[in-house]
Amino acid sequence: MTGQRAQDDVERALQAARGSDCIVIAEETSSANLRWAGNTLTTNGVERSRRLTVIAVSSGQAGPAVGVVSRAGVRADQIPDLVAEAEQTAADGPPAPDAQPLLGPDTRSAAGAADAAASPDVGPAWDDPASGTGPSVFSGFAGSLGDAFAVAAAAGQRLYGFAQHSVTSEFLGSSTGLRLRHDQPAGRAELNAKSADLTRSAWAGAATRDFTDIQVAGMQAGLATQLDWAATQVELPAGPYETLLSPGAVADLLIYLYWSAGAKDAMDGRTVFSKPGGGTRVGERLASLPLTLRSDPGAPGLLCEPFVVARASSRESSVFDNGLPLGPTEWISGGELAALTQTRHSAALSALPVTPAIGNLILEVPGQAPSLAEMIRGTSRGLLVNCLWYIREVDPQNLLLTGLTRDGVYLVENGEVTGAVNNFRFNESPVGMLHRITEAGASGPALPREWSDYFTRAAMPPLRVDGFNMSSVSQAS
Amino acid sequence: MDDSAANSQPEQRFDPEFTGYPLRELAGAALQRAADLGAEHADFRAELIRGQHIGLSDASLETLIDSAEIGLAVRVVVDGTWGFASAAELSMQAAVRAATEAVELARVAAPINTEPIELAAEPAYGDVSWISAYEIDPFSVSAAEKVALLADWSSGLLGQARIDHVDASLLAVKECKFYCDGGTTATQQRVRVHPALTAVSLEADGRFETMRTVGPPAGRGYEYLTGTGWDFPAELAEMPELLAAKLAAPSVRAGRYDLVIDPSNLFLTIHESIGHATELDRALGYEAAYAGTSFATPDKLGSLQYGSPLMHVTGDRTAEHGLASVGYDDEGVRAQSWDLISGGVLTGYQLDRRIAQRCGLARSNGCAFADSPGHMPIQRMANVSLQPAAGGPSTAELIAGVEQGIYVVGDKSWSIDMQRYNFQFTGQRFFRIAHGRLAGQLRDVAYQATTTDFWNSMEAVGGPQTYALFGAFNCGKGQPGQVAPVSHGCPAVLMRAVRILNTAEEGSA
Repeated sequence: MTGQRAQDDVERALQAARGSDCIVIAEETSSANLRWAGNTLTTNGVERSRRLTVIAVSSGQAGPAVGVVSRAGVRADQIPDLVAEAEQTAADGPPAPDAQPLLGPDTRSAAGAADAAASPDVGPAWDDPASGTGPSVFSGFAGSLGDAFAVAAAAGQRLYGFAQHSVTSEFLGSSTGLRLRHDQPAGRAELNAKSADLTRSAWAGAATRDFTDIQVAGMQAGLATQLDWAATQVELPAGPYETLLSPGAVADLLIYLYWSAGAKDAMDGRTVFSKPGGGTRVGERLASLPLTLRSDPGAPGLLCEPFVVARASSRESSVFDNGLPLGPTEWISGGELAALTQTRHSAALSALPVTPAIGNLILEVPGQAPSLAEMIRGTSRGLLVNCLWYIREVDPQNLLLTGLTRDGVYLVENGEVTGAVNNFRFNESPVGMLHRITEAGASGPALPREWSDYFTRAAMPPLRVDGFNMSSVSQAS
Repeated sequence: MDDSAANSQPEQRFDPEFTGYPLRELAGAALQRAADLGAEHADFRAELIRGQHIGLSDASLETLIDSAEIGLAVRVVVDGTWGFASAAELSMQAAVRAATEAVELARVAAPINTEPIELAAEPAYGDVSWISAYEIDPFSVSAAEKVALLADWSSGLLGQARIDHVDASLLAVKECKFYCDGGTTATQQRVRVHPALTAVSLEADGRFETMRTVGPPAGRGYEYLTGTGWDFPAELAEMPELLAAKLAAPSVRAGRYDLVIDPSNLFLTIHESIGHATELDRALGYEAAYAGTSFATPDKLGSLQYGSPLMHVTGDRTAEHGLASVGYDDEGVRAQSWDLISGGVLTGYQLDRRIAQRCGLARSNGCAFADSPGHMPIQRMANVSLQPAAGGPSTAELIAGVEQGIYVVGDKSWSIDMQRYNFQFTGQRFFRIAHGRLAGQLRDVAYQATTTDFWNSMEAVGGPQTYALFGAFNCGKGQPGQVAPVSHGCPAVLMRAVRILNTAEEGSA
């Protein structure tokens, strides 16, 4: 397989198709990672993978049926078998409920979101070699990390964390003539500083495309400040608190809201976005402030796939939408629910615009841009929460989530941080919370603590939330 | 510590595509290359992992994807530092290249490693093999047959009054692994399946309720869907009435209640509050920045009163049909079983070879696992199980011992803090217990506790007749993130005075 080009795999698969329509997705990924604990490296790794997904669409009398076979490490000589397997599955299968005409070069733009043309794909050409990464991406970072270990050891602190960088080149071809490509670099650095007795802990994380913008010393300095704040420990009981949420904590809550915003489930009456009696809550005011929650494949610093890539159909995606252009989409606009994540099929059912899910998320509140430090200065008494963790859905009816605070809960009194507070378990709905947001800061890059394995491209503001429900005290430190 | 006999199951055969590769030659080339480059330790893995995901919505096929992952990995220790590299192909060129890259990475990483890597010794077992216990390879059954079965089950539910939607899914995995470190060469294969159906009932006012089958994932083949190990038709037959009763049930009043907890719910509490808490890599801080640490630190070994004296918890990688069961782990350590908690006291941990050596223990108990050829093995959970009481009570007898309480069945939502103290769980069904009898269902229930308080409140442990093996397909840990399947056996238990929340009130607090 070495030397085998993903683009050639796509063509081989399309040529092997026997009469049925076919979509082929080839992806080539390379990644490198470092992990450390207690001021020493613990594990590392480099990984290269190649996956080929064949989506065969048969034209049965009852309607099109789909067969999907996806395989990593497939050799060129195995591709015809892979296609035959997908075609057989399609031939044996029932009609696909989400069936739509496959998109072609001439039809994809008309079928996409209204503003899709605003996010052109400016990446490598189809025939350019696949991009890649390797251990050298950490060459500067690793040196800085070593320096940080020394600084931490001298200060009686311990550093823990993880750095990962990956580059994925995706090639999407179809029997209808599509040849689309997207290259996605992604990375993140997480740094966790603890006191030597492990009773004080602080965390910082940042997403990156190439690690040239990761400043380890700066992250470490910020953590040192938070550990200093924790020199005073304050025990507080459970209860509702005015709470300042860090941008990362906001990201964790709103990403879950976004994942729960599927139009089909809403129309089926089984989510927080369902309208009693039928339909969806699109058009309903969700927030008192005129906040906007949006996605944009072309957002500076948050670039992501500008077209749909769906390896399988599900409640939120449809293989028939492969290649559909993606454009700027407002999910909540001026505080009102404006759109839900859609396939073309669900959009037709709901009579709402085609708004597929997009790989980034941005929250903004026009006219408000204080820094977190300024929001702290404007607080008479409240909590400052750095991270949320182990977030799980308790009740889809109101999207009640539970989880824990982690690595930094601080008491703010009279405009100053006066100490670190015990951790809490929270029970809170990100939808219900929207109406209790009383202030938002400037939106900026935010790495979610809980969901960064799946979602790293977010820009969020710090938020002030009234009555955030801390359900019980956690002994964890 | 008890070594199991790790023999192959003669009635099953290895996947011919996997064993058709020159696995021993690939391993030999990689290990030789690593040795030539100065590695003091090297091991080689090759894997083929087949997967299938079928999803139906309201009896219509929505998702059907067949997948396969193939590749090799080389792990080395060079001058006391790990190096790891992998490739998504099984070729001599890839094997040699991965060995080279692993050594290179170890040398790049050495300047920031201050803790030399050493591995606990393990006997060399020679060329061995192991296949898990199953009757029908799930990949030998056509997708059409599986879809038809799930559609039939879905239609049966949809035909019932008050059921508005049905989701059905089937996950199937066949995992083929080859390991070689020069002393042990292990070829292994195991399968697992997880069928699940969720029924949804809507009310005119916009309220809705769901109920999912509690039939667990299992280390079994397709026979699991046709009556061996679980009676899905019987469970589905009961579901409409149970869901209707749940929808009509009163909302729970928050407070403290005695709980009788069914194994279908308790397994997940065991997983979170015992399984993860007794992972020694966590307890030592290696997961501190991500999954977290553990309150059950090594200084408390032999003294921490984890729970009531009735509590006997074991770790094993040997249970038949257990999702974590293997013949040998991903470091060539033979599968074992051992005590974690005896008489309510913490007595053991889950180990891999590096952690065992670091703690001065003679041997690993075989908990190393990597979820793909692209990932380095880390310590993953064994089957962690609460043992039943010999001659202990039935579930009905446990319920009879409760004046006012709740009987909890099935798992749903779960969350626990990063030191494994504070947890919150919900379930599929909550039955009110009044005067020793079940008295209808309750809604909006969650139980919340601190781990040691909870387990010390355990007043009675059910007998072997209440014991069952449940589990999870995709337990997450590590960075890069890895998933692992794991089972937990347990009996029904009686816990006293556990805090119950009303989730509807929590959501409107």
